[in-house]
Amino acid sequence: MSKPRIATTSLCGCFGCHMSLLDIDERILTLAQLVEFDKSPINDHKDFTARCAVGLIEGGCANAENVHVLRRFREQCDILVSVGDCATMGGIPALRNMIPLEECLREAYVDGPSVFNPEGRIPDDPEIPLLLDKVYPAQEVVRIDYHIPGCPPSADTLWKTLTALLGGTSAELPYELIKYD
Amino acid sequence: MSEGPRFTLDGREIPLVPGQTVIEAADAAGIYIPRLCHKPGLEPFGSCRVCTVKANGRSVAACTYPASPGMIVESDTEEVNAHRKLLLEMLFVEGNHFCMSCEKSGNCELQALGYRFAISAPQLEFQFPVRDVDASHPDILIDHNRCILCARCVRASRDLDKKEVFGFVGRGPHKRIAVSSGTRLRDTDADVTDQAIDACPVGALLRKRVGFAVPVGRRLYDKVPIGGVPPAPEVPVSEEKRA
Repeated sequence: MSKPRIATTSLCGCFGCHMSLLDIDERILTLAQLVEFDKSPINDHKDFTARCAVGLIEGGCANAENVHVLRRFREQCDILVSVGDCATMGGIPALRNMIPLEECLREAYVDGPSVFNPEGRIPDDPEIPLLLDKVYPAQEVVRIDYHIPGCPPSADTLWKTLTALLGGTSAELPYELIKYD
Repeated sequence: MSEGPRFTLDGREIPLVPGQTVIEAADAAGIYIPRLCHKPGLEPFGSCRVCTVKANGRSVAACTYPASPGMIVESDTEEVNAHRKLLLEMLFVEGNHFCMSCEKSGNCELQALGYRFAISAPQLEFQFPVRDVDASHPDILIDHNRCILCARCVRASRDLDKKEVFGFVGRGPHKRIAVSSGTRLRDTDADVTDQAIDACPVGALLRKRVGFAVPVGRRLYDKVPIGGVPPAPEVPVSEEKRA
């Protein structure tokens, strides 16, 4: 029997949740025996090669590309898990949700005290994904099966959830592992 | 067991003193009923409804409902807890609660109740309302983003500090805490020693320059749930699925 495949991505996040996944220390050897990594920044595979058992989503949706990737994960993964406060609640990037998008862009590229931009042009290359009006938690864009809170979730939290899901049981967390910070 | 009037709470006989509310009698018997706007020492307010119980089959707020002999009260049931969990999720999505950067994190009662009820992520749509921060006072700040309108500061300032610094203005979704000067907190007689500041269950009313003093792992609700022992040793990750 081939190993279950796992995919991960960081949308509008800081990669802290991926760092936390690496923080499982030597258990990563066990993980490598248990699963095959498909699309993931950990192995730098840019796209899916096969259907995956589990997809881990770090980060919320801040731009059109995030939405595209998230939808692709939903199509390609049996179980989709949002990992961390950005995916589950918007997190730090969602601090911009209370400020109009135009104002955010002007502050970042035109009016900011350290900005040098004599043309006053806001980046508009077609290669750059368009920003959404707000940052959306993953479950407001696609159906999510499990949510792991934390900023980031601890290595133990991720390990416990992953091994439970791969073992085909429902992921259960003890009190100390449910944290929003 | 002593004689005297009693009522039943989740199948247990609880003594009551005439005039006690359900939550007061439960507290006296050492039984925790989840609550947010209720704080012993402050006049009952009954706004958050987290302490909702079923008294003789009717949903009532345990913090305002008088305990009466022979009544049957249900609190720790699947139905009542589901109701509380939904109320907590509504509180999370209708404000801006960024726990990762909040000084109250680890000591926050709203967050602690989220943990106790194993809310891994609110399933309601996040509102991201536009609210202000009043940092005008040299020693205290009000962050309206985190305010849950529990009126604890209103009651503590009025009844304990004898100052009436805080009050409500507006109605419905526009309701908010205002200060007695009408504009800025610094123009009121609020002081850093006021009990109103300690009364805030969340990070809406904070003392300046004392944040993050207690390291992660040693904060109030890091290891022990609010209200004591968790209902079960293992709590499930949310399995709620979006249609």
